[in-house]
Amino acid sequence: VKNERNPKAKERDTKRKLEIHKTTEQKTENKKRKRSHSKQRGKRNIDDEDKGGEQISKQKKNRKNKKTKKLLTEEAEGEGYITKQKKKRRPQVDEENANATKQMTPEGPPKKKKRAKVSESEDSSSEKESSEEEEWKVTALTPEELEKLKEAVDEKKKLITILRGKPWPMLKKLQTLKESHDFLEKFEGALGKGKAKKLYAYKVMMLKRWMKFQRDFENFKTACIPWEMKIKDIESHFGSSVASYFIFLRWMYGINMILFGLTFGLVMVPEALMGKPYGSMPRKTVPRAEQASAMDFAVLWDFGGYAKYSVLFYGYYNSQRAIGWLKFRMPLSYFLVGVGTVAYSYMVVIRTMARNANEQGGGDDTNFNFSWKMFTSWDYLIGNPETADNKFASITTSFKEAIVEEQESRKDDNIHLTRFFRVLANFLVLCCLAGSGYLIYFVVRRSQKFALEGLENYGWWERNEVNMVMSLLGMFCPMLFDVISNLENYHPRIALQWQLGRIFALFLGNLYTFIIALMDEINLKRKEEETVKLNMTVWMANLHNGTLAENSTAPPITADPADVPRGPCWETMVGQEFVRLIISDTMTTYITLLIGDFLRAVMVRFFNYCWCWDLEYGFPSYSEFDVSGNVLGLIFNQGMIWMGAFYAPCLPALNVLRLHVSMYLQCWAVMCCNVPQERVFKASGSNNFYMAMLLVILFLSTLPAIYTIVSIPPSFDCGPFSGKNRMFDVIQETLEMDFPAWFGKVFSYASNPGLVLPFLLLMVLAIYYLQSTSKTYKKANAELKKKLQAQNEENKKKNKRAALKASDPEEARNSASEQQWHQINNNASKKEMDTWGCKN
Amino acid sequence: MGGAASQLPKEMVSEYQMIFFFLSGFFLRAHKRFSELQDRDSLSSRVPMEKILTMPELKSNPFRRRICHVFSTSEPNDGSLTFEDFLDLLSAFSDSATLEIKSHYAFRIFDFDDDGTLDAGDLEKLVNCLTGDTDETRLNPEEMRQLIKNILEESDIDKDGTVNLSEFQHVISRSPDFVSSFKIVL
Repeated sequence: VKNERNPKAKERDTKRKLEIHKTTEQKTENKKRKRSHSKQRGKRNIDDEDKGGEQISKQKKNRKNKKTKKLLTEEAEGEGYITKQKKKRRPQVDEENANATKQMTPEGPPKKKKRAKVSESEDSSSEKESSEEEEWKVTALTPEELEKLKEAVDEKKKLITILRGKPWPMLKKLQTLKESHDFLEKFEGALGKGKAKKLYAYKVMMLKRWMKFQRDFENFKTACIPWEMKIKDIESHFGSSVASYFIFLRWMYGINMILFGLTFGLVMVPEALMGKPYGSMPRKTVPRAEQASAMDFAVLWDFGGYAKYSVLFYGYYNSQRAIGWLKFRMPLSYFLVGVGTVAYSYMVVIRTMARNANEQGGGDDTNFNFSWKMFTSWDYLIGNPETADNKFASITTSFKEAIVEEQESRKDDNIHLTRFFRVLANFLVLCCLAGSGYLIYFVVRRSQKFALEGLENYGWWERNEVNMVMSLLGMFCPMLFDVISNLENYHPRIALQWQLGRIFALFLGNLYTFIIALMDEINLKRKEEETVKLNMTVWMANLHNGTLAENSTAPPITADPADVPRGPCWETMVGQEFVRLIISDTMTTYITLLIGDFLRAVMVRFFNYCWCWDLEYGFPSYSEFDVSGNVLGLIFNQGMIWMGAFYAPCLPALNVLRLHVSMYLQCWAVMCCNVPQERVFKASGSNNFYMAMLLVILFLSTLPAIYTIVSIPPSFDCGPFSGKNRMFDVIQETLEMDFPAWFGKVFSYASNPGLVLPFLLLMVLAIYYLQSTSKTYKKANAELKKKLQAQNEENKKKNKRAALKASDPEEARNSASEQQWHQINNNASKKEMDTWGCKN
Repeated sequence: MGGAASQLPKEMVSEYQMIFFFLSGFFLRAHKRFSELQDRDSLSSRVPMEKILTMPELKSNPFRRRICHVFSTSEPNDGSLTFEDFLDLLSAFSDSATLEIKSHYAFRIFDFDDDGTLDAGDLEKLVNCLTGDTDETRLNPEEMRQLIKNILEESDIDKDGTVNLSEFQHVISRSPDFVSSFKIVL
């Protein structure tokens, strides 16, 4: 019976409402020109729902009041106090609810006055309605109405969640929030019957709890981000570009933390806890000759002595396949951690790059050069008058430059001279690079000679020559480049890029010369190893003979592990070199920071009282924070970590320590002794530039590491892979010993070139396919943009026509509605464009 | 509020949290800063604009007066702020505000004569704000004319001689670093 009655009721219902709406719509149509048809329709529905809600409330008010109150006490603690005012405000509140839902439509905010008018008319209409509704009542809650009510409630909930994203003043938000809460509390109870109602209330309560928990969790998460306040502090003093360095530093810290966790948890701790203890094997013992000085500070500082024969370096690890009661596969773990660190780093860097690229607005090539300069060049974070002055100056110059460039009236009369100077500058830079490369090569060779003769005869300088020379070159060459680049007369931004590129080349060249020299040394060590192997057999034979001669009944030969002759273990040597390099690099960074920034600032500050010229604004002045230089330093440091981490598992730990200290030290130095940069440039554009450099460095630094792993046989008596032909043999060994036979078979089939080649081909094809689709997306994007422009042109013409015929109101309304349709089309195509953009 | 410093009722905080993107600790901090600015003697909860402008975060901002005017809800718009207005300001300039909110407020800040569009006069004032007060950094009239012409050429899509909100938002949404620089941190 109910169902039959319902459609009729519904029909009547909707008819009446549509009629009412027609009148209201006519009033408001002109005011709501901007709103699209579809949205209006949706809104109308919402209004209907609200009115449905009103009706119901009016019928059920008396009956339900008690129940709802009960419910309320059950479910709400926080918002309870609002309900006290409810009775008085009820009719008002309902109308306001209608308004609130009205304004909720997710489009640009209409202007205030208009909005006010709209709501006024709405108020009057709803009043009219309510008076009419008194006579027309439905006795029971029909399912449709329930449905509507539910929708309305959901809408309210949505409103509450999106309220924060509205550009309204706070008072209005608060009001809307309260109204929505009232509405929810009133009608949520009406949904469901009997037991279902209780269940519903319970669900609502749980939802609230869950929301609160989520909020608290969010709070907690943000509170856990380290150094947030420090960075914000810097940001507000120096603008976003300096802050971007510290954010980059923090990001690096995070990555290194994870690398450290990997190596520490899976390599160092297991070996220290479950491996054979110190002194049980030759590789785990300091040789007799070194024992006397093994604990000296100078030796330890050099990572010799006890430090060399510890978990910090490759050589200490034993090649025993499984250690401890856990049967921990040490060599396998060592190998996989080495591969894992590199893989993880690649993943993180590439993911960050992709995210940054996405944020930069999906391949849109429209360039609003002037408008951006105008509307977005001010950095609102700047809270320091000096920075503000610099910013004013830089904005003015950028305006002037842009104007001059636009006018194209500049004529470079002595273009040949400029060109000559540029070529000369590049030549000079090349000379510098070659010179520094040769210097490093020379020094490394010299140090090898020293090492062969024994380091004991030489002083501190000879021992640390390589690292010192590299650090000094890294310090002074950039200054030289800066001087040289003055010759070139480039635009500051281009000059900065050149400068960065040159420093990058310098560091890279130095690093690679260092590696090549190391390779030479590795080859030397391997030759040495051969002779040691020969000697070893002789020594063994001697030992056997000796023991046999003395006591023929004791077959096990026991010699103190410290006395056993051993190979040079090139892996540990490489690890040591890298660790020393990192240490000296860190030291130079800190010392330059202290001398170049702190001492200079102190001098300038205090000698200024008794000096003949103004030191603060004159020659020495305070130093600026060099963002690009610091970022480059950080990147190269990370490159060295990636390169050396395989041979010295302690490197990530050292780096974490270093980054931690430099975070505090540099924060302090920036705040106390630096002045804001003169050419303040934006951070966001350069972010991906840094990332790209990091990726290049990552690739270049894993290259030699992988080369050594793949092509050089490991030392015979030290490290987890001793006794194997190649380091990666450990994989095959594991496959054979730990997995069932079929698995090994499958693996060998899978690694068959017949399968690998087609797979590679497939990947190449996939890349090609993706690239071509992205190209077509871009084309479609451009096409849509053209369409949009054409439509805009058309709109403009129509507007003019409309303005001409403005005297005739009928005409005007027509054109207005037409415009609405265009707006819809535009919106649709815009959305389409956005989705295309996302895909790109 | 008034003289009672840093006493923010708990339910207020939870309500604010529904509206703003801030964390609960932030409201207390903001309230503390705000009540420092408040005059102890006067009972009104509004802080006059001159007081607000002394905040170090706003002191060197060329748009500080405009910012106060935009966020003020006082009847004769004198730029004075209540605590709610103050929170509004901070939330619009916070990290978590969306591009839409930020660009909406930026537009209102740049709209010096409050007429809903950026016309040549607004743009000229804007340029003067950006280039600073001293004469040496000011652009000369010829440059100014050229600059405004270029800007209108770029961003005035419907060619009516002014930049309206949707055009402005279109331009801003393509900008790589608007969101990161349209920020004020307390």
